[in-house]
Amino acid sequence: MSATAPAPPRLLGDVRAGDHLSELAVDVTATTVVLGSLATRDWRPMHHDRDFAQQRNGVRDIFLNTPNQAAWFERFVTDWTGPLGRLGRMTFTMKGSIFPGDTMVFRGDVVDVATDDAGCGWVTLEVTLSVDGDLKTGCRVRVAVPATPDDNPWERRGDRWQP
Amino acid sequence: MSAITEADIESRIGVRCYEEEGEFPVERGYIWTSCASVENGNPLFWDDEVAEAVTGGPIAPPTMISVWFRPHHWAPGRTTQALPLQVHFDLKEGLGLPEAIMSENTIVFHEPVRPGDRLTTCQVLRSVSGPKTTKLGTGRFWVIDVEYRNQHGDLVGVESYTGFGYRRPEADGGAAGDGVPARAEMAGGAR
Repeated sequence: MSATAPAPPRLLGDVRAGDHLSELAVDVTATTVVLGSLATRDWRPMHHDRDFAQQRNGVRDIFLNTPNQAAWFERFVTDWTGPLGRLGRMTFTMKGSIFPGDTMVFRGDVVDVATDDAGCGWVTLEVTLSVDGDLKTGCRVRVAVPATPDDNPWERRGDRWQP
Repeated sequence: MSAITEADIESRIGVRCYEEEGEFPVERGYIWTSCASVENGNPLFWDDEVAEAVTGGPIAPPTMISVWFRPHHWAPGRTTQALPLQVHFDLKEGLGLPEAIMSENTIVFHEPVRPGDRLTTCQVLRSVSGPKTTKLGTGRFWVIDVEYRNQHGDLVGVESYTGFGYRRPEADGGAAGDGVPARAEMAGGAR
């Protein structure tokens, strides 16, 4: 986020391609991984059993599951938009795993700002999750933000919602 | 499941299967647990007045959409553990690929999911690649869509998963790297 960016709620007119979101750094522990797995009802052992992760998956430890990473990305994006921001689409590309002991760093850039035929304001973000500078997960996000002060993307249905 | 032939794969492409209802209604306890797991303070999920004003009442975080379909780890009378994304596990078993990872995932969000909703889902196999070799091993990529609807029949979301089922190299002593294939391998193999 630039120093002059307004606090949420963020309107479409406040956003420009090239804007940056505030960086978020999180120290990952085994609790982070296990809590995230249980919160997403993912009982698979590679997300809570180090022996299984090492011996069956060939990785050094338990690792964050995909649905919990999605929740982290959502939190990162809606911290920026405020509650009127409504996710339309997210695409994740997994390149590496996140383990206890890692510090994961989220960064985001605005790559496009547009209004669709129904008048909905859309921001496209490229968000990265990195550890020690190595990209672990990339996430392209299409999120709706209010086009005007009295617009609410959450009220859109049917043809007025084109995610 | 027995071995899957190439003809079996062709016959499954684009076919809706494993239509089912979630084992429990959408509930706020899990919403709060999920928000706590990622320290998500969005007032939509914590402040009923904000939720009423913005979304007409409480909703679930959109990215929780798949949570509502992961089966209980145990249930009375069940003799085998049900698996979410069953098509993925059918392919692993039928193609004889003991390991698998998910390399890409797209979620498209439609109607908000609300506490009390009873969601239904179905799975659609979209594609299966030929054999590919990555640093993890040799296997095949596949793309599976999961559609979600609420009790009114409204589409609430579609998830598209790219999976890679593989067999680790014989001489691999466990140094499979970071657990995912390289980007170029994935991009070339999945579609």
